[in-house]
Amino acid sequence: MSDEYRFIGKATPRGDALDIVTGRTKFVGDIKQYGMLYGKVLRSPHPHANIRSIDTAKAKRLRGVEAVLTHEDVPNWRGGVPAHLRVLDSKVRFVGDAVALIAARTEEIAAEARELIEVDYEVLPAVYDVVEAMKPDAPRLHAAFPGNVVPPGFPWFGPHTLQEVVIGDVEKGFEEADIVVEGACAYENFPNPLPPEPPGVIAAWEGADALTIWTASQGTFTDRTVLYYILGRKVNVRAHGVAVGGSYGSKNTAWLLIVQAAVLSLASGKPVKLCYTKEEQFAAFTLRLGSRIQARIGMKKDGTVTAISGDWLVNTGYYCAGTQGQVAVGCGEIQLVVRCPNWNLKPKVVCTNRAPSGIVRGYGGQELKCAFLPILTMALEKADLDPVEFFKNNYVKPGDGYYWRDGEWWVSNGVDYTKAIEEGAKAFGWKEKWKGWLKPTAVSGTKRIGVGVGVHGNADVGEDTSEAYVRLDPEGTATLYSSISEHGTGQRSSLCKMVAEVLQLPLERVSMTPPDSLANPYEFGTVGSRGTFAVGSAVIEATEDARRKLLELAAQKLDRPIEDLETADGVIYVRPTPEIRLPWKAVMGFDRTCLGHGRFEPNFTMPNFMMVFAEVEVDVETGQVALLRVGSATDVGQIIDPLNLENQLNGSLGSAGIDSAIFEETILDRATGRVMGGNMIDFKWRTFAELPPMQHVVLETPFPSHRFKAIGVGEITPSPGPAAVIMAISNAVGVRFYDYPITPDKILKALGKVQGRKARGGAA
Amino acid sequence: MKTLADIVNTVEVSTITLTVNGRQYELEIGGHPDEVDPAHTLAHTLRETLGLTGTKVGCDGGACGACTVLMDGKPILSCMMLTVEADGKSITTIEGLGDPLNGKLDPIQQAFVDNTAFQCGFCTPGIILTAKALLDENPSPTESEVKEALAGNHCRCISHYHVVEAVMAAARNRR
Repeated sequence: MSDEYRFIGKATPRGDALDIVTGRTKFVGDIKQYGMLYGKVLRSPHPHANIRSIDTAKAKRLRGVEAVLTHEDVPNWRGGVPAHLRVLDSKVRFVGDAVALIAARTEEIAAEARELIEVDYEVLPAVYDVVEAMKPDAPRLHAAFPGNVVPPGFPWFGPHTLQEVVIGDVEKGFEEADIVVEGACAYENFPNPLPPEPPGVIAAWEGADALTIWTASQGTFTDRTVLYYILGRKVNVRAHGVAVGGSYGSKNTAWLLIVQAAVLSLASGKPVKLCYTKEEQFAAFTLRLGSRIQARIGMKKDGTVTAISGDWLVNTGYYCAGTQGQVAVGCGEIQLVVRCPNWNLKPKVVCTNRAPSGIVRGYGGQELKCAFLPILTMALEKADLDPVEFFKNNYVKPGDGYYWRDGEWWVSNGVDYTKAIEEGAKAFGWKEKWKGWLKPTAVSGTKRIGVGVGVHGNADVGEDTSEAYVRLDPEGTATLYSSISEHGTGQRSSLCKMVAEVLQLPLERVSMTPPDSLANPYEFGTVGSRGTFAVGSAVIEATEDARRKLLELAAQKLDRPIEDLETADGVIYVRPTPEIRLPWKAVMGFDRTCLGHGRFEPNFTMPNFMMVFAEVEVDVETGQVALLRVGSATDVGQIIDPLNLENQLNGSLGSAGIDSAIFEETILDRATGRVMGGNMIDFKWRTFAELPPMQHVVLETPFPSHRFKAIGVGEITPSPGPAAVIMAISNAVGVRFYDYPITPDKILKALGKVQGRKARGGAA
Repeated sequence: MKTLADIVNTVEVSTITLTVNGRQYELEIGGHPDEVDPAHTLAHTLRETLGLTGTKVGCDGGACGACTVLMDGKPILSCMMLTVEADGKSITTIEGLGDPLNGKLDPIQQAFVDNTAFQCGFCTPGIILTAKALLDENPSPTESEVKEALAGNHCRCISHYHVVEAVMAAARNRR
């Protein structure tokens, strides 16, 4: 496909490559502002308590301390959905909740002052489990949420935000079924996405109604919009995006961190940098949502699903940052995977005395699917159906419809992924390795090999709005104005590539403004794999607009119709007579630029797709699971940059993805409410020495997206993995599992070799 | 080598000497912003006192490898060493690779550019310096030796596969 293009589809160095390999890239921690102070947070040692009193006098007297704030000092700013969480409150709701904020001349002084604050707590009973939390006598975390259930609705997605899947008549559907299965499954290990860079921000007030922040979120305008509402709709927020040292969605829920820094800056009158430590990132920043489902599925012998009903319980931790949005997308995404005329899937979002769970790559869909698919496959086992064939028949095809996050019915206008599935299965050797349900592929001594498959897809590649300007300068250069932050996908470079391709300019002549909500037009940000289609569409339109304006000028100058004109390498020429040519400078003069504008409106008609195949080896003596091989299959329409794409596909091993099936887990001590192992040594992560071979099958069937016929896939690559691995383990050892992660003790217990720990509905 | 006790006992020595990227720094011991507090880690001094922010601090606990620098040619975790312990040592940070005057990159850096051997890039300086120490000691490593050498460097975007390719390519190009 890429032969027709000069840059698109070719591997080219990332625009920021030199800065990254020389250490010049500036992350939040690398930036200083004049007179800047350093912030620290005093955190609660109790999972649930009222604050009777706080004495900050000693802390305030420490030399170098410029502000110490408690719930008695801060404005009544509230965040979350609906707005319910104060910046500092008279009550704490998890071990790690903010009790007081300190700003001082150095980090060391701020930390020392923190030790001098005396707090008297009235300790309250705590609850960690979603079912326990909904009982009438359970401790209530927020006065506004009876039964600890968060009300549905997510204003960002409109008044009809999807909050359940209710279609057709499930009773009739179950009557039509040959097979009915019912079960429960918990994906409640709360794995940490664990970006290498801990969360951080700098906040500086410039007058009472203007706040500037330097933020590592994936969307400067998201921060700007969210803060506008939290700060009482009267503060103009300017958000500078800085390089993001990994986020995987998590840093999009940074409003509390930002407001903590902002209130310290307000109180001290100086810029304040607040960077959490790695331990705070583990104990008090975004984890994956807890997801538990009790579901009933009706199916005909041929694999036609006739009915799905169930209760989906979502554990969002001590407050709800916007989990209803994740529920909406999860409910949309599950319809892409299973074709079924009758649904009654009812979600509930529940608060517990745990660290916050929120946005992590996979955004609700991964959490729902990981819990749902092990139950669905019970029916496939009864019908003796190959899961790859089932997904091939069921994955949404052009012409199929689904309710999406806005509650509207959308019809797929994308491509059929049948070929991608077939090619992926072939490359993995699925047919040779698949021996049937609960049957190992091979047995050798104590080692048993098994295979599994998972699937995921997302119509959010066309979510939300983007705007862009492109400015052409007389010197034959172009500047893209787009508030995109670089968080690892190479998106900024890929957008510059699109500009270069439309203008036929060498890549080094295309540059891009820094992400900045003041200097750039509206941009939702790089989330949900939307960079290629949604952002790309706005950028392409802006480039084409600027190009047209340039050629209009040239047409006048050359007295030729605009249709006859072309431009490449900063020169305009006449197509029938290319010897007639003018450099841009001759057309524009030295005192003019050509500015184009582009805008993208949401379009949910092109679901993307990702299938993951996993091969595992289980040692039935030790319970140890080794991930032997990972295969993947997708279709992206047109590859923009093969190396960036491959990086994103390999990312299925990271950010609380595949390994959340076997060892990634945030373990809570229920006696104290504390996170155990909240550090880089005790929390297990896959190292260089443990890399399984990976093989990706990427097809390029043109999408009706934009002139490059491409869509994105980056966000969803980790999502199908955990369900594939749990299936592979089950097939290897001949026993089904319904409680992630499948650690050695659970395997040995299932095989009757040890007593094992009692399942307690999630990470104990 | 001096023990920590020796250093603490001779704390009346009011300056220490560090050679960083070939440049010698005389640093005074003390509590002011441009001085070295005895509690400061080498990572802190490099970043906050000398302004060399290419060295990243991830966990600040010796587990993620982001703060890796070379000390007398060997990779060390600069968050786990007090600056006063590095008195008299020669340190190389990511800013010290290649030639800053003509912009020429070290072959390892060039291989990382050519292979897009990073995503977010936060862990990249530590990975490049660990790889440099490996290739200086073992110019023709196998893939598994590369993986073993980098096992202490945390990367969560999963750039590992491209990193291994880049280090192998750099080894070939240096020969």
